[in-house]
Amino acid sequence: MENSVWVAALAAAIIAGTPILYAAVGEIIAERAGVLNLGVEGMMLVGAVTGFMAAANTANPWLGFVVAMLASGAMAAVFAFLTVTLRSNQVVTGLALTLFGTGLSGFMGKPYVGVALPVTFKPVAVPGLSEIPVLGPIFFRNDPLVYITYILVPLAWYYLYHTRPGLNLRAVGENPGAADALGVNVFAVRYLHVIIGGMLAGAGGAYLSLAYAPSWLENMTAGRGWIAVALVIFAVWNPLRALLGAYLFGGVDSLVYTLQAATSISIPSFFLKMLPYILTIIVLVLATRQTVVKHIGAPGALSIPYDREER
Amino acid sequence: MKKAPRILMIGVILVLALGLLAGCGGQSPASDSEQKQEDKMKVGFVYVGPVGDAGWTWAHDQGRQYLEKQLPWVVTSYIENVPEGPDAERVLTQLAEEGHKVIFATSFGYMDYVIKVAEKYPDVVFMHCSGYKTAPNAGTYFGAMEEPRYLSGMVAGKMTKSNILGYVAAHPIPEVIRGINAFTLGARSVNPDVKVKVVWTNTWYDPAAEKQAALSLLDAGADVIAQHQDTPGPQQAAQERGKYAIGYNCDMRQFAPSASLTAPIWNWGPYYVQTVEAVKNGTWQPEQYYGTMKDGIVDLAPFNDVVPQEVRDLVEQKKQEIIEGTFYVFQGPIKDQKGQIRVPEGGKMSHEEVLGVDWFVEGVEGDIPK
Repeated sequence: MENSVWVAALAAAIIAGTPILYAAVGEIIAERAGVLNLGVEGMMLVGAVTGFMAAANTANPWLGFVVAMLASGAMAAVFAFLTVTLRSNQVVTGLALTLFGTGLSGFMGKPYVGVALPVTFKPVAVPGLSEIPVLGPIFFRNDPLVYITYILVPLAWYYLYHTRPGLNLRAVGENPGAADALGVNVFAVRYLHVIIGGMLAGAGGAYLSLAYAPSWLENMTAGRGWIAVALVIFAVWNPLRALLGAYLFGGVDSLVYTLQAATSISIPSFFLKMLPYILTIIVLVLATRQTVVKHIGAPGALSIPYDREER
Repeated sequence: MKKAPRILMIGVILVLALGLLAGCGGQSPASDSEQKQEDKMKVGFVYVGPVGDAGWTWAHDQGRQYLEKQLPWVVTSYIENVPEGPDAERVLTQLAEEGHKVIFATSFGYMDYVIKVAEKYPDVVFMHCSGYKTAPNAGTYFGAMEEPRYLSGMVAGKMTKSNILGYVAAHPIPEVIRGINAFTLGARSVNPDVKVKVVWTNTWYDPAAEKQAALSLLDAGADVIAQHQDTPGPQQAAQERGKYAIGYNCDMRQFAPSASLTAPIWNWGPYYVQTVEAVKNGTWQPEQYYGTMKDGIVDLAPFNDVVPQEVRDLVEQKKQEIIEGTFYVFQGPIKDQKGQIRVPEGGKMSHEEVLGVDWFVEGVEGDIPK
């Protein structure tokens, strides 16, 4: 009994971590190209609302998921135009994107507040695997969008470290001038990966509105986009570590309620809810120090616009 | 060569920012502006949430629509999503300036702003929901939600098999504690073995958090979930797990058709009609209104089909006793969590004690954060 409560809490951690994981992997891909996109929160919100609108009108959550990725991908394309082609300041433009996405999603979602979706993503047990004690209920009785991350994360890792386009991507993020000299199209690489990153942020938002809640509410990401940005640093720009970090963040989230419901341990819930943010700061400090010492991690050209004439 | 793109970029960012302002600005869908008839009385409503929240604000808006339907000489308007802060003062002032004769402010946090604005507009009647401050032209109104909560507790106590009920609670304030106590007393009146586990979310309105809190209660063995929250998140959690739930604010069966058993609900309409009529007739007084089931301001939503007739009869009978005044929810003997008698046999909690309650009754598992 006591045991199953903790298994359930861990399962809840996976679910709470999944939207952050989508967004963080997307942001890792974009930052690996040397583009810092702080518009994650805004893109998640737009993904959440457009995905919800599409799913509510067509009764097809998969279509909603795709629409969410297209909408946030379009936002990322605008961002790429501003920062890659026009070389605007990435931090300022990213903040503008978040503000814009927050307002736009609230405006578009007005008629959808309190609407129930006809069909949502439901948990599907993986035959065989879901019967494994402890691990089965935690990892293999989730909805399809969680399973996608199980494939997405190793795929992103393999792409980054074991393929030629991945190598080109990292070269562009590290030293765009050198990559350009080798014949890599820096602008195309940056555009492509910023857009992919945006699409994954939208996927994270859609996970909230189509599977996790499932409903639409103004500003429903509640800062998860910023947690994702922090998670990128926590993961030192590595998708596999992002997986770990996302479940850790999600774990604290679910612990808040499990402690109250299942135990007599009385830790003020305000304190518990504060923990993920304290953790973020600690990780931020540690990870930054480590990267300075080891010269790994942060892409060398991160947040620096590339200008061929200034080489 | 380099200047042009930068100017273009600043332009685009400005457009983005303006788009944001436009998105936030469109927040006051004041109704019926097409035909302004001078002889109609203008009544304004200030809402803390969106009218589509399927909960608290939705219930108030049903009351507003009822008012407009019942009194043809009234024209209403509302402003939604008004935060409980300085914005409220601006919105209240705006409504008063526009010539609204009665203004209903429907959230606790508006209290001080209502009193402040009321001073400046002595000819306007202000009504504040759930507060306790009054002025010569400002009254308060609320309802005895504990009565239908007690009844919903009886339903939960009868329907549970695990004898563990879960309660997703918003903030540790007397209004919520009162509801938990009433629910627990009701459940234990029909099933003395019942325990009520409480989880605090520290939010009125967050579907994801509310749902997660409900799931953690279900994981801890609860098989009926009650809520003092404004979204159907906890109902959806129970539906997913094939368990039962008790809604709040309004009938929530559309979100959880087989899980949602019933709900303690608000019915503001008749009170709004009564108040506006009193203002028109000049009989209005700045009172602290506390309506009951007898007045119809609170009630129990229709039962789900799965609730057996025997339970319905039992609840119906108790409802009649409450309406007739032969039964009072907080009548003795009532013990607290430590088993100490707080209200002796034959005694009653006074209205002030009920409004300020800060302790749990016996059978509640959980702490009240101080």
